[in-house]
Amino acid sequence: MSAATPQAMMPNVNPASPARRALRRLLRRRGAMLGLVIVVFFVLLALFAPVIAPYDPIATSWSAVRKAPSMQYLFGTDEIGRDVLSRVVWGARASLLAGLVSVGISMALGVPIGLLAAYVGGWTDSLISRFTDSMLAVPFLILAIALAAFLGPSLSNAMIAIGVSATPIFIRLTRAQVLAVKVEDFVEAARAVGNPHWRIALRHILPNVLSPLIVQATLAIAAAIIAEASLSFLGLGQQPPAPSWGSMLNTAKNYVDNAPWMAVWPGLAIFLLVLSFNLLGDGLRDALDPKHM
Amino acid sequence: MNKNLLLALVLAITASLAHAQTLRIGLAEDPDILDPTLARSFVGRIVFASLCDKLFDIDEKLNIVPQLATAYQWSADSKSLTMKLRSGVTFHDGEKFNAAAVKFNIERHKNLAGSNRRGELSPVTSVDVIDELTARINLSAPFSPLLSVLADRAGMMVSPKAAQAANFGVKPVCSGPFRFVERIAQDRIVLERYQNYWNKGEIHFDKVVFQPIVDATVRLANLRSGQLDFIERVAPSDIAAIKSDNKLAISRITELGYQGITINVAKSDLGQKNPLGRDPRVREAFELSLDRAGLVQVAMDGESEPGNQWVSPSNGYYAKNNPMPKRDVARAKALLKEAGVTNPSFTLMTPTTSDGQRVAQVVQAMAKEAGFDVKIQSTEFATSLNLADKGQFDAYVLAWSGRADPDGNLFSFYGCKQPLNYHGMCKPQWDELLDRSRSTLDHATRLKLFEQLAAEIAKERPIIYLFHRHWLWAYNKKLSGMRAIPDGLVRVQGLKM
Amino acid sequence: MLHYLLKRLAAIVPTIFFVTIIIFGLQQLLPGDPAVILAGEDQDPNVIAYLQKKMHLDEPLPVRYGYWIAGVVHGDLGESLRIQQPVLGLIEEKLPVTLELAVIAMLIALVIGIPAGIVSAVGKDTVWDYAANVIALWGLSTPNFWLGILMILLFSVSLGWLPASGYVSPFEDLQANLAAMIMPAFVLGNAIAAVLMRHTRSAMLQVLNADYVRTARAKGLDERSVVLKHALRNALTPIITLGALEFGTLLSGAVLTEQVFSIPGFGKLIVDAVFNRDYAVVQGVVLFTSSVYIVLNLLADLAYFLVNPRLRG
Repeated sequence: MSAATPQAMMPNVNPASPARRALRRLLRRRGAMLGLVIVVFFVLLALFAPVIAPYDPIATSWSAVRKAPSMQYLFGTDEIGRDVLSRVVWGARASLLAGLVSVGISMALGVPIGLLAAYVGGWTDSLISRFTDSMLAVPFLILAIALAAFLGPSLSNAMIAIGVSATPIFIRLTRAQVLAVKVEDFVEAARAVGNPHWRIALRHILPNVLSPLIVQATLAIAAAIIAEASLSFLGLGQQPPAPSWGSMLNTAKNYVDNAPWMAVWPGLAIFLLVLSFNLLGDGLRDALDPKHM
Repeated sequence: MNKNLLLALVLAITASLAHAQTLRIGLAEDPDILDPTLARSFVGRIVFASLCDKLFDIDEKLNIVPQLATAYQWSADSKSLTMKLRSGVTFHDGEKFNAAAVKFNIERHKNLAGSNRRGELSPVTSVDVIDELTARINLSAPFSPLLSVLADRAGMMVSPKAAQAANFGVKPVCSGPFRFVERIAQDRIVLERYQNYWNKGEIHFDKVVFQPIVDATVRLANLRSGQLDFIERVAPSDIAAIKSDNKLAISRITELGYQGITINVAKSDLGQKNPLGRDPRVREAFELSLDRAGLVQVAMDGESEPGNQWVSPSNGYYAKNNPMPKRDVARAKALLKEAGVTNPSFTLMTPTTSDGQRVAQVVQAMAKEAGFDVKIQSTEFATSLNLADKGQFDAYVLAWSGRADPDGNLFSFYGCKQPLNYHGMCKPQWDELLDRSRSTLDHATRLKLFEQLAAEIAKERPIIYLFHRHWLWAYNKKLSGMRAIPDGLVRVQGLKM
Repeated sequence: MLHYLLKRLAAIVPTIFFVTIIIFGLQQLLPGDPAVILAGEDQDPNVIAYLQKKMHLDEPLPVRYGYWIAGVVHGDLGESLRIQQPVLGLIEEKLPVTLELAVIAMLIALVIGIPAGIVSAVGKDTVWDYAANVIALWGLSTPNFWLGILMILLFSVSLGWLPASGYVSPFEDLQANLAAMIMPAFVLGNAIAAVLMRHTRSAMLQVLNADYVRTARAKGLDERSVVLKHALRNALTPIITLGALEFGTLLSGAVLTEQVFSIPGFGKLIVDAVFNRDYAVVQGVVLFTSSVYIVLNLLADLAYFLVNPRLRG
């Protein structure tokens, strides 16, 4: 660590090396590994759903309505005689997409805007901040409901609605982090050396604000998966008969009393997926945190 | 003497205890405006049944029975209805109910800005006050549904004095068994016993509290835990659980309305772009692909009566010449072949209610076996109404709460350019038959006309009727005197705990 | 200081202006003619025309916005056309309900979240850390309405301990009020506790490694006072900001929770109004909640400013 001092002053001189180190740290964390394994499991489930699912997820069977789990139907059947296991397997697609895509949208919009606001400052900052404040002031779900209703009910529109509604969180967080980092010594140093603005913003500031963003993204994926369920609940998400865990839960809630298995499995699936993202996110956070160097 | 006094005291206390009772009713929705003239929702009618008396009422068999009017007489030309009114009736503010009040109310229904009753009373031209307790309603043409209309909101009488106030719906004053106390939007509506009610011997509660609880599971949970005494619109899937609970009882009756699929035939260009809207044979094939009994079994847990008309097969006006077709997938395929269509595809718009979605999915699966490719588009109710109104749909799962007279299930749905005519068809014969059925009072003649109409409509099938739901009520077993009336409203008269 | 305060206060005006634009814009985005939905199942064309006129739907957008803003400025938020009640009255009626729910939920969140966050940061990678994380993960991974339904089934239906839904005013019957509030407040607070715990943990971890904490440790102060006096005080800054932000989440969460438990508060008022297209109610109530949120944010910013001396210059 003899070369640590200049490295800390101007990080990322050799970008591959800290990344590799971060990866090594990540691999050492058991919680993160567990999370990663579960996420990978669900990704595989989603990718190979046609092979894994024992039945067609939308095939109905009038003679098997709301049947309890059995050898024939491991997870039981739903209100119109569809195999719950097959629907849970296929539903992984909707939930994974909902979580990843909507957070991707939020970050793609929010991070650059937040960075811009904090770095440029002045009127740009004021305008962006005021607009962000006002978007944040409107309750998230109301915003999402209105956007999804406007775009028309479908899974992809729900993802856009959730993504856009969650954007101000990323703008605000990025801005706050950048403001804090902006005054740090190494940024001053980079500026003094005569780096162009874009380089300072992208190479010196952004990497140093990433870890809170990743923590937030983890939470946001969880929230997005649940938001998709909420929108499905209001008829603004995945369209029947295609399965998503959210819409399954929403149907199931009418039968919790007499067919609890309909609710247990998709609920458990959501729980596990969100849990794994959180574990993974935590691991990433610790691994990426430059203060741990 | 001391003993007697004590006894009297004890009696008085027990009597007051026995009477200090509240009936707590769980509603499936929050009612809208509580003004009979402006009210627009079904659920509001449940509250009105305790709050506002009507000129007439209907019984279990849909007979017209007296309420505020004790007798009626049609004129020879059927163009005026003379009613004898009940004496000694007062409104909750002490005002007298008389012929002048009837005149005021009918005119209010007809003239108040935004009145939702104007359409129902359109043939009414004027009201004459014959004497204190006799009123005559004059019509522009004979109108057979009038009595049943007066047995609903259009027959509700409010205090003429109180009705002068702006925002009457915030504090309605009627003449029903209970008077309005307070309303906390989305939480509760509280009514208390009206001491001078003309029929107070039949009233055994001091208070009625209506609580809107949208979720059927939660509504039932409240009944089970004793927070409520009575709930309406029980989910069919919960019936088995209620039956096994020895503290609860269930009542049911087939509704006046129906669940059906309206097909866009001529509402917009979209209708003719789709084989379903273009060709009646395709619509027939679609109907034949459906197994109504199976649909009811799967989607409604058997708690509905399969049907193929605007009234249920058990209704006195059911057209027997147009019986319910059996499922026939082979015939459906043959019809499609005849029409030259292979794998017709259409979008089935359904509101996001769980009933609607279940029906749509079962229909989708059944129709698929005959070669139909049905795409479900579940749409928020407000949006779906608008899309239907603009004709931006192929087929639409739509429920109708129903009216006591078949005219209420027919006229607005088949009349040319009528507001609920979402299929968009205009047929002069239909209009003529509808008009004739309105202008005759005789049941047998009307039934004949409805049979003709059924035969005509069967050639086109713009609405595929599926079934008639059961009104399902669950309540504390200690409650007695529950009457199951097909309009789905709760009559508090005679209810006792 | 005064300068900062004034600047911050001045910023409220454009923020609220943007909010009115967003609210009004969202309304216009919503598909479905409000007059059509309000007209109910009869769909009488006369009624629809009457309602359209009453809502000024026949006039151009800027004019409608003008009507609304003019009303707002005069303290008139309009009237619910569905139930014929003034919006201001509805807000007055619902505010105490949601406020009570939010405060109880926030208390639950704070009581669980902050200690759990501290414990897990201090005892990083110990059993305590894992336990706190498990609690947080549980809170984050359960959909609100789902947890609500499960709790109703367990505590109301099976055990019969708590009422399934509804609301009793605390002035009427405090015990019944708390009995009705505890489940929804827990459902709401549960998720926020998780967020607070995670943020407390990360803030504490950052601070615990900071120079001044190391210095304090080096000075030989005992760990307890290092954690509570030095570390927590500095870690509180982001927690306060988040707490205020989470109040907005509370309102959002209340939307579904109130629906499940039939709590007649703001959330239920807004959602029902959105689905009924009761424009005046949506506009009025969202504007009100947004304004409250903006004020909370302002307070959080001031707090941030006060505890973070570096920003004062």
